[in-house]
Amino acid sequence: MRRDVFQAIADPTRRAIIALIALQAMTPNAIAENFNTTRQAVSKHLRILTECELVKQEQQGREIYYSLEIEKMKEIDNWLSQYRKIWETRFKQLDNVLSTIKKQKK
Amino acid sequence: MSNNLLFDFTVDKSRKTVYINREFDAGLSLVWDAFTKQALLDQWLAPKPWSCKTKYMDFKVGGKRLYAMVSPEGQERWGIQEYTSITPKTNFKMYNAFSDEEGNPELPGSEWDHTFSEQNGRTKVSITIYNESLDRLERILDGFTQGMKMSLGNLEDLLATLSKK
Repeated sequence: MRRDVFQAIADPTRRAIIALIALQAMTPNAIAENFNTTRQAVSKHLRILTECELVKQEQQGREIYYSLEIEKMKEIDNWLSQYRKIWETRFKQLDNVLSTIKKQKK
Repeated sequence: MSNNLLFDFTVDKSRKTVYINREFDAGLSLVWDAFTKQALLDQWLAPKPWSCKTKYMDFKVGGKRLYAMVSPEGQERWGIQEYTSITPKTNFKMYNAFSDEEGNPELPGSEWDHTFSEQNGRTKVSITIYNESLDRLERILDGFTQGMKMSLGNLEDLLATLSKK
């Protein structure tokens, strides 16, 4: 099943993780030190973020580092701006409908 | 056409809500009709080159509207709306979902809230759209943008054919 990326960023801990690793790649232990939750809970959040392709893992020696998939974040903003364009088009069409009706009434 | 009409569009991803504010250069009654009467809705709701058709619309609390967005190739994407609250010329709320041609909904859908207010002959409409899953937006976009690409592709073919003659 495909993960819902918005589900992923709806969680405050996951948003905090994204903010952390946006600055630098980090190991799960280093990430967990920033939260008052268990290491398991942080691992679960990282797994969800990975499944959504919002973060990527990189093996360095014996450690795994997590970093942000900046392209994926851009992709989300990109299609939100397309949604905005659809509304712009719609409303311009409505402007035309309204002005036509107003002219007919005069 | 006056270009200084207010238009705000913001998305709060964590709340899974889209907020839209738009001003129209027309009185409240007319703008209210444009959002709540079938004949007017069908004229503007589909972003061109798509068109919109309504199979039925019963604008009252508990009433429904079954409609389709029709692509330039004639492909239909059906949706069903149920009106959950209506305060005439002030506010209405509805639940919107993708559906089949018979109006059987595909859940989850989205909750829409429209508020209308008039000032100095202009009408402001504030829309909030709450999506249980914002992935639905992606589906909406996929449909429209594919449709647009396809129609542009057709145009290119046509132009290529014509220029050969």
